[in-house]
Amino acid sequence: MSRNLSVARGVAWRTLHNVFTNPSLFIPQLAFPLFFFTAFAGGLSSIRHLPGFDFPLGYTAFQFVFVLLQSAAFGGVFTGFGVARDFEMGFARRLLLAAPHRSGIVLGYAIAALCRWCVTAVFLTAVAFAAGMKVGGSGVDLPALYLLAAILNVAAVLWACGVAMRLRTMQAGPVMQMPVFLVLFFAPVYVPLNLLQGWIHSVAVINPLTRVLEAGRSFLAGSPTQVAAAYGAAIGLAFVFSLWAVRGLRKAETAG
Amino acid sequence: MNATVDQVALLARRSVIRTWRQPAAIVFPLIFPMLLLAVNSGGLRAETHLPGFPTDSFLAFALAVPFIQGALFATMNAGTDLARDVENGFMSRLSLTPLRGAALLAGQLGGVVVLGVIQACFYLLVGFAAGVRLAAGVLGVLVLLVFAAFIALAFGAVGAWAALQTGSSESVQSLFPVFFVFLFISSMNIPRDLMGTTWFRYAATANPVSYLLECVRTLIITGWDAQALALGFSIVALVAVIALSLASYSLRRRLVR
Repeated sequence: MSRNLSVARGVAWRTLHNVFTNPSLFIPQLAFPLFFFTAFAGGLSSIRHLPGFDFPLGYTAFQFVFVLLQSAAFGGVFTGFGVARDFEMGFARRLLLAAPHRSGIVLGYAIAALCRWCVTAVFLTAVAFAAGMKVGGSGVDLPALYLLAAILNVAAVLWACGVAMRLRTMQAGPVMQMPVFLVLFFAPVYVPLNLLQGWIHSVAVINPLTRVLEAGRSFLAGSPTQVAAAYGAAIGLAFVFSLWAVRGLRKAETAG
Repeated sequence: MNATVDQVALLARRSVIRTWRQPAAIVFPLIFPMLLLAVNSGGLRAETHLPGFPTDSFLAFALAVPFIQGALFATMNAGTDLARDVENGFMSRLSLTPLRGAALLAGQLGGVVVLGVIQACFYLLVGFAAGVRLAAGVLGVLVLLVFAAFIALAFGAVGAWAALQTGSSESVQSLFPVFFVFLFISSMNIPRDLMGTTWFRYAATANPVSYLLECVRTLIITGWDAQALALGFSIVALVAVIALSLASYSLRRRLVR
């Protein structure tokens, strides 16, 4: 166990060092969520006047939850890009040879993804408060929202690791990114679920991310709903993708 | 004169074939804007209930966006291919031939314009299949395709300038997020007069991309709006003139014989 952790610590440290010392990796992870937050909360704020829009804290808070969850998911995917790059450049093969417990490699990448998302979450939250976001939740509700986002981050990095370790090339980027993008945007992003119409309503109803998003918004509003379903969905995704990532690691080992 | 035309034709052919051989360079510009269109037109359909929204079909409203996104891809395609020519020494070998700089630029951008028009036809066909009808009629389709060609030329020239200036495909790729910011802080998802946040409305009003979107949108949902068309065509012409001048200047420096 301790050798596993020592591998994880080493991989996490290297990944974080790479991210935080390279502006081309660090700046986009801060800028993109901020930019989506600005574009959605600023540009679409009139949506709060729609009949049936019943989120009590206004459109900024409504969009904040989505952008926070999106930053968590994409923080995981961006870390997956780094895994793919490590394989493409041959570093990951040397890592596979040197690590006494290879599952520590996946754990290390997951820790790194979580740490880099924490920085993004702090930055995004500060900007949201500066923009006048209202919060109705208590000292329990808000940590529950961030915990939900953290689990989503872990699920996303495990998904991306599984893809990166199977394909072992940077060209796998769209394969990691596109499903995450679609699952996120097939949830009620711009309006509550009851205002969605047609096919997107049907898709959103069966999309597990809808539960996560609705519960996240209810945490911020201070009236939690669908908590068990949201945590169940997030933990379920993280569990399934942990198996996916470990199988990916085994495939990478087999490929040499 | 004939020699220059031959040079342009050869380089345009090379540009098209080169893109054709990279499936990701064709599929992504076609599929990604359509996915975004599907997601946004579904998710934002309720917006049509806002008082003053110009149409009852959000799909028709949002169909303008892929045309401008196509411009981003034109920039990337033109810039990345040209930067790769600089990186792998092809440009240096060209500088040893009697090739004229203008022919190189025209050939490269000719290929980009062809692909831009193909993209525009695809977006229009998807729109028609989904039930959108152009308020400006058949002539509007022609004007839309001409506008798409101009956009591809103008933004392709921006990409070419970036490539010739930096000589690095990575630097050209880094332009993508910048253009994305311009696209999102515009009237992409909502008309400017319905924007509730004042500073965002000012930013969108100052953003030229809003006028490009509104030029396409007027042909789709309003019909013939002379002001919107004049603004759109003027902006795209201005971008084209500035970018082509800058690209020609950078090319002269690259092709020093």
